[in-house]
Amino acid sequence: MKYLEEYRDGAAAQEYLAAIRKLVTRPWTLMEVCGGQTHSIVRYGLDEMLPPELTLIHGPGCPVCVTPIHLIDRAVAIARTPGVIFASFGDMLRVPGSSSDLLRARAAGADVRIVYSPLDAVAIAEANPERQVVFFAVGFETTAPANATAVLLASKKRLTNFSILVAHVRVPPAIAAILSSPFCKVQGFLAAGHVCTVMGTGEYHDLAARYAVPIVVTGFEPVDILHGVAMAVRQLEEGRHEVEIAYGRAVRPEGNLPARQAVEEVFEVVDRTWRGLGGIPASGLGLRERFAAFDAERRYPEPGPPAAESPDCIAGLVLQGLKKPRECGAFGTRCTPEHPLGAPMVSSEGACAAYYLYRRRAAAAAPS
Amino acid sequence: MCLGIPGEILEIHAGDLGLAMGTVRFGGAEREVCLAYVPEAQVGDYVIVHVGVAISKVSEEEAKEVFGYLQEIQALADLEDAGSTAALTPRPGPGA
Repeated sequence: MKYLEEYRDGAAAQEYLAAIRKLVTRPWTLMEVCGGQTHSIVRYGLDEMLPPELTLIHGPGCPVCVTPIHLIDRAVAIARTPGVIFASFGDMLRVPGSSSDLLRARAAGADVRIVYSPLDAVAIAEANPERQVVFFAVGFETTAPANATAVLLASKKRLTNFSILVAHVRVPPAIAAILSSPFCKVQGFLAAGHVCTVMGTGEYHDLAARYAVPIVVTGFEPVDILHGVAMAVRQLEEGRHEVEIAYGRAVRPEGNLPARQAVEEVFEVVDRTWRGLGGIPASGLGLRERFAAFDAERRYPEPGPPAAESPDCIAGLVLQGLKKPRECGAFGTRCTPEHPLGAPMVSSEGACAAYYLYRRRAAAAAPS
Repeated sequence: MCLGIPGEILEIHAGDLGLAMGTVRFGGAEREVCLAYVPEAQVGDYVIVHVGVAISKVSEEEAKEVFGYLQEIQALADLEDAGSTAALTPRPGPGA
């Protein structure tokens, strides 16, 4: 496919690796923010092909992984409500709540449907006027225009049987939280390409300057990732800390203005709890008062307080890049994609699931 | 989750309530996609599509930059040997 295959070219990747080896003179630690990048890095073994001076730490950029447990509990409770059709992206179904998940709710009779797009959920609401349809609006800024469009469409159609359970998170406050930690080892960031496709790079200049870290907006294919690594390493070697774009075919500095406008119309910045990381001020999006009628949190009563996370799960440390999945005692034994203890084992973009899929045999073979 | 796939616009039309929609081809598959946020895109252009919504028109010019930058840093390091040309092989496992 055009605009995909050329960025998976082995020869170009090898040339990038050779060039990066020449650029590096001392150890550097980079964090790739987005789970899609983590998946690609682990799948192609890029981290193992980079020079030993470079360490890649996997960031918290998996919305499935960071959706707080109380919202999973809430989703399960809403899905179990008689008459409700609960629509969700497929990878949310196995995410463990306090005592259940959406897949188990469906097996017990709840009408939980997997949709590809929030617009499909609006269509389900139109086709089922006697039922309430609730869409689980999970995602980073990338997904916000689609969710905003769904709400605007439902509003224009005057649908009274459509609402969304909002679990939207924003990347820049999470980067700031990671950089503020006294344990932070990250010296440069590969920022999430499609988040910046929507939002642009405006919010990152202050972070790069304040914490003196290079931030390079990076794509998702292997050659794209090596492009981002090369730009970040070059900045570090030259003592610069700027915002650069290594994914220009999809990212403009100003982002996508009409999409940002739709997001701005429907959502406002709110505080949000991240699973594994805790509360981060101004790190989420919530529906504006004008669209309160579409807010599932206002329509459905809150279930009881959430139970504690599994004590065996170190997801919080993995999401902050302080531990690798293999350092967890439950990895691959008590915690697998079929029976996850924590959310990073659920989504294919979660670091634990990526290691489970691509590194399990290597881990078993290598002495640790 | 933030997966965005490039696809070619085959046709553009007005959808529900005048929302700009279109048919986009991804390899062998075709899908209805919301084009409201890429008003500049024409039939034949490539767009990045995320959960049924096009979030960017692919810049043909910028698409080559990844290879341009490679040449730039190769020149910088005065690289003569560009390394082996072994193909990248994904590890066994399900597709992305």
